[in-house]
Amino acid sequence: MTSLLDVKDLKTRFLTPEGTVYAVNGISFHVDEGETLAVVGESGCGKSVSMLSVLQLILVPPGEIAGGVVLYRGQDLLKKSEREMEAIRGQEIAMIFQDPMTSLNPVLTIGKQITESLRVHMGMDQKSANKRAVELLEMVGISDPSHRLGDYPHLFSGGMRQRVMIAMALTCNPSLLIADEPTTALDVTIQAQIIELVIRIRQQVGMAVIWITHDLGVVAGIADRVMVMYAGFIVEEANVNALYENPRHPYTSSLLEALPRVDRRRDRRLKSIPGAPPSLLVEPHGCPFAVRCEFVIERCRTENPFLTAVGENHHNIACWVDIKTGAQR
Amino acid sequence: MTTEAAHIPVLTPDELETPPLSLQELTWRRFKRHKLAIFGTIVLVLLFFYSFGGAFFVSEDYANFNDTTISLNAPSQQHPFGTDAIGRDILARTIYGGQISLLIGMTAVIVETILGILVGALAGYYGGVVDNILMRITEAMLNIPEIFLLIVMAKFFGGKIPDISFFGRILSGSVVLIVLIIGGTAWMYLARIVRAEFLSLKERDFVLAARATGTRNIEIIFMHILPNCLAPIIVTATLGVANAILSEAYISFLGLGVQPPTATWGNMLDSANNYLESAPWLWFYPALLILLTVLSINFLGDGLRDALDPHSRTV
Repeated sequence: MTSLLDVKDLKTRFLTPEGTVYAVNGISFHVDEGETLAVVGESGCGKSVSMLSVLQLILVPPGEIAGGVVLYRGQDLLKKSEREMEAIRGQEIAMIFQDPMTSLNPVLTIGKQITESLRVHMGMDQKSANKRAVELLEMVGISDPSHRLGDYPHLFSGGMRQRVMIAMALTCNPSLLIADEPTTALDVTIQAQIIELVIRIRQQVGMAVIWITHDLGVVAGIADRVMVMYAGFIVEEANVNALYENPRHPYTSSLLEALPRVDRRRDRRLKSIPGAPPSLLVEPHGCPFAVRCEFVIERCRTENPFLTAVGENHHNIACWVDIKTGAQR
Repeated sequence: MTTEAAHIPVLTPDELETPPLSLQELTWRRFKRHKLAIFGTIVLVLLFFYSFGGAFFVSEDYANFNDTTISLNAPSQQHPFGTDAIGRDILARTIYGGQISLLIGMTAVIVETILGILVGALAGYYGGVVDNILMRITEAMLNIPEIFLLIVMAKFFGGKIPDISFFGRILSGSVVLIVLIIGGTAWMYLARIVRAEFLSLKERDFVLAARATGTRNIEIIFMHILPNCLAPIIVTATLGVANAILSEAYISFLGLGVQPPTATWGNMLDSANNYLESAPWLWFYPALLILLTVLSINFLGDGLRDALDPHSRTV
């Protein structure tokens, strides 16, 4: 079976006055039809940039997709023209963003913004587009939707705006929804509602979801598979249960240990990972996690480990050391 | 003690909640506080009544009718503003001249706004080479003194232009030319303002969100970004009307603008410069009208600037 989205060796760089920023350094992953893939990692690890690159939404210049293949249903998106990409965006692959407070245009009504892609992609007239918009708003749980079409975004709360964003993303029944930290800017109860909403809609519509987050708690609730990113590399990729029960990369295991848990003793301090992610201005050399890693060996500093399978069900890690046994590869 | 409590009305939650003020209401509230802007608006309305309403009382033929026997008459019962060098009634001419001056002011601003928005929006949105080329052209235009540019263009494109008919009035074709010239030499400031707005707005998340739904660039520019920078455009355009009226007065004063017999406030001044001391009513009335118009528009523009500024929180 071919995947819905198959990314191979994607590299994205930003040419800034300070130097080249190596944001995404040759990542390969795939998403199957109807699957939910979570992408986790600290801030600035290339999660968002890699997904924006898939849709070619990074600004060129300063951005530049330096290499790779992005196969969507067998077609290479990176070879498509801007015109062809406009037809893909919103219609085939939709995206929702982190901050619903700024992602809606403050001077256009909600109705206008939702119906836009209906008119652009489906060629609907304003009347039937409005009807569809009301259905969509009802589906994402906005009460009295027909009256709210004429409202401006500032009359909506953060959670409601994110619902509107989701409704906008769903207008053309996309096969893939990329959610870029959609719950980060919301408070916890609203987060839960939004997550439930996406899970429910995913089942209704049968679309695949890529969920970018740095909240491992959210991941457990929503994802089928998890991909851990660090400094523009994928360091571990596994089914969600395997990752939580049996993390194989030192970074993943440190991340999980840094997570507060109900079943852990309370008199101990939470562990944190010393140091900060490396500067992306330096061309990567060796394992990017080496300086913060407790299992580091000499080889890590000179040679970057590639992603290899270490267990069943495509559990892949990029590390020279087996953290369970201390054995070297 | 008990009576006092009884006087407090019981409010239902619906009554407690005042509906939020819309942007228009907020703007109007702030505008109202600006006394000079209100003054300017009233004067402008009166000037429009004067120029366009006055046409119902005096005909254009009367405004252009010359009778050398009554040339250079001082203001009198018969001719309240006096008569000019060839005996035309100045009151009638200020009425018809006002129409042209105000129309030139507004249409020139339309030309200016269209050019300014196009150049600024394309440069700001696309950046890079497009930005470089458009902005260098803008700067080149800015470097030439405006008066000089106006004179050269008026001289260069002038000549014999056929008369045109406009709402039943026959106008000298030079009116259209002057509109295009004034619009074509005044768009640079607006272009820079629009470009600056676009530079910051295009980085906003809603633009990324619009791109992510497959919106075309042209729609993002005009439907998503442009409405967000309407406030500075409205202010600049309003002040632009005053500048256009002044520009028209300049070049008409130099005899290069609208050609007689079509009157404008500007070319009435031109014919007055030989009689500055002997017949001051020749220049006094048109100059006063220009002054009032430009001053009022500037007050109005200032008021709009304060009212439309989202950062001014005073309600």
